[in-house]
Amino acid sequence: MTDVLFVLFAVVATGGGIGVVTGRSPVASLLFMVATLASLAGIYVLFEAHFLAAIQVLVYAGAIMVLFLFVIMLLNLGHDYRADLKYGSWFLLSLVVVGLTAGVLVQGLMGTGEAGLRAGGAEVAAALDAAVVEKGAVGVIADPLFTDYVVAFELMGLLLLVAIVAAVVLAKPRDRKGGS
Amino acid sequence: MLVPALYLSVALFVIGTLGVIVRRNAIIIFLCIELQLNAVNLAFVALSRYTGIEGQLYVFFVMTVAAAEAAVGLAIIISIFRHYETVDVDKFNLLKW
Repeated sequence: MTDVLFVLFAVVATGGGIGVVTGRSPVASLLFMVATLASLAGIYVLFEAHFLAAIQVLVYAGAIMVLFLFVIMLLNLGHDYRADLKYGSWFLLSLVVVGLTAGVLVQGLMGTGEAGLRAGGAEVAAALDAAVVEKGAVGVIADPLFTDYVVAFELMGLLLLVAIVAAVVLAKPRDRKGGS
Repeated sequence: MLVPALYLSVALFVIGTLGVIVRRNAIIIFLCIELQLNAVNLAFVALSRYTGIEGQLYVFFVMTVAAAEAAVGLAIIISIFRHYETVDVDKFNLLKW
């Protein structure tokens, strides 16, 4: 059952990814992206990362994709059907780059091998499941987040503040009378 | 299920890279960068079953940085659109030699 679901989600995610790259209108690409993000959330559930799956749907498929959609609407790009794929030698070059990237990644993965990846995996997974039962799906992430990683957490808040200020400053029209 | 998930992660990352290289629409390039970030997130989540909860924490951080990046990047795109009336990256050639 889990494997069937995994294959289903993987196919949807990959198809959605291809749709993002080949979609003719920006809105179509965006909706393919939402499908990819939703199926990735499903895969997170299969890996027992329930909190991240919820965050993925709420923050990614919800907030960030809606932000993209707002910008597409604001700039009125929804009916921009010009083919903007770069063809010719550029496309061949990009295929070479992408093929090399994939080759390096897959070779690294095969070099490690399944046995190497699984070494000591069962105990860690069992410990994780026990922690989830004890603290809940949120608590198991929140506990290290507010103890060992609290500095990174605070910096993350600062980063978001800076990003908000930067977005407001950058998107503000500059050519108004009296404005600076 | 770990190894298939890592291969799926590689596939999504490569598709995202291809999109960043071959598309001209700046918004779709941004979407493809998000796709790459999600591919890495998938690898983190898959490996967290074998190395501990830190993998899921990093995904949390990556999502935050992605949100900040999307906000700033889209603001830059809006700003550029005001100036050039287009989001085609081939038209922004001020820094090109």
